[in-house]
Amino acid sequence: MLATDGIPTAADLAAKMPSPERLAKGPVVMAECFQRIPCDPCMHTCKQGAILPFQDINDTPVVNHDRCNGCGLCIARCPGLALFVLDYTYSDTEALVKIPYEFLPLPAPGQTVAGVNRSGEAVCTARVVKVTAGEKMDHTAVIWLAVPRTMAMEVRHCRIPERGESIG
Amino acid sequence: MPQNIRFVEIAVAGGGPAGLCAALEAAAAGARVVLIDRNEKPGGQLVKQTHRFFGSRAHHASERGVNIAREIAGAAAAHPNIEVMSAATVFGFYEDGVLGVEQAGRIFYLKPSRVIVATGAAEKSLAFPNNDLPGIYGAGAVQTMVNVYGVLPCRRVLMVGAGNIGVIVSYQLLQAGVAVAAIVEAAPRIGAYWVHAAKVRRAGVPIYTGHTVKRAYGERELAGAIIWQLDENGQPVPGTEKDFAVDTICLSVGLSPLVELLAQAGCRLVYAPQLGGHVPVRNAELETSMPGVYVAGDAAGVEEASAAMVEGALAGLHAARGLGYVQPDFESRRAALQQQLHSLRSGPAGEKIRAGLAQVLAG
Repeated sequence: MLATDGIPTAADLAAKMPSPERLAKGPVVMAECFQRIPCDPCMHTCKQGAILPFQDINDTPVVNHDRCNGCGLCIARCPGLALFVLDYTYSDTEALVKIPYEFLPLPAPGQTVAGVNRSGEAVCTARVVKVTAGEKMDHTAVIWLAVPRTMAMEVRHCRIPERGESIG
Repeated sequence: MPQNIRFVEIAVAGGGPAGLCAALEAAAAGARVVLIDRNEKPGGQLVKQTHRFFGSRAHHASERGVNIAREIAGAAAAHPNIEVMSAATVFGFYEDGVLGVEQAGRIFYLKPSRVIVATGAAEKSLAFPNNDLPGIYGAGAVQTMVNVYGVLPCRRVLMVGAGNIGVIVSYQLLQAGVAVAAIVEAAPRIGAYWVHAAKVRRAGVPIYTGHTVKRAYGERELAGAIIWQLDENGQPVPGTEKDFAVDTICLSVGLSPLVELLAQAGCRLVYAPQLGGHVPVRNAELETSMPGVYVAGDAAGVEEASAAMVEGALAGLHAARGLGYVQPDFESRRAALQQQLHSLRSGPAGEKIRAGLAQVLAG
């Protein structure tokens, strides 16, 4: 659990998950922000009004998933790197997971990397589809990972494999 | 020996987030400010904070600390009312309100009409066998070496303390290519914001809450550390030992406010553990028990840099007003700053701060 080991529980995650119907429609954000802390850039960044106005700066984001178009602008603005965009419409076998990433070197599009879960374990191979790292993003890149559909709720990080390392 | 004493309007001791914002606010009101900072470049701890800040737009939320430092230190350097003295140390606060300053081996004296003390805080240490082995550092020291000077002092680290500093420095060490074997925290819960904990956790760093260092080992330098579990009474449990081969231990076990100048000035100090130790009694305007002496930032109580910036601005606003420099929108500015500070502290993360402040706020 988050308070003792930094890992959210299944119940924590269930409360933040977009509905299966919404997930089936296309890209949408999942805000894995579970603690009331004084922070609100996500709400100010969302151009769709999908992250509802805060009553208090300590509020955790409440997302209207129907308003979210999955643009992902919020991903690199979240100081906690806690926002992810999921796209189950990517293909019949794969889903896209868009993650914030602040390590160098950046993976390259087309590269195969380890898909890493919230506990830091490599759980599958992932294919890097796109890397965005513009000046405005100020060193927080957003990596688009194609992962097996069953892994889209698991993968939240990626790791470039070391030479000779085999993954999953 | 006769000494020249220079009379100044406002002296700010410390050029971190609180001191810089105090100087900028007082200067905006029209006061002339001398900002004295002991480092080569002002910015305080912000210069090594490569992570994005929390808070709201008014507190530079989502900006990296190092960029905030550049922005506000640049604004101070460019302001016609602010004189920045870098690599200068205030070493004494005399009974007649004179400050002794050392800069590049030269000693001189200032007699300010108002003083804002924004000296920050120092890292605490931890007692355990062999804690004097080379390779055992304060986490902030390692963060300075890595993020400011580009020096990598370690390959594999054990971080002690899962507060924001411990967890953030762990993340930044990972970014620098250092392996972080684990984060050890004596408390039963992680003190850092959970989003920080989650990002080091998914980067592969285990966090052991309810554990502490049993001992460090090594011949001429650190070779490793043994940790063990603590029971609900905080007593170590034999048989739960884990051994980590590491070349570095980073200690991130809290900060102590640097209040020596305030003590010399005669300000009344009280012990408020929630704020990190001895801190000055002050009113809502940040004026201490000594008229004309203000405090802001970690020296007033250890909390986040976003709060330090707002507190500095409030101290600067009031110190300037005390000299007759009243901004035309003084009341609305004050209300806005107080509201910002209130909101930063209003949530569960601010509970400890609120409890500490209840002991030190007067008037």
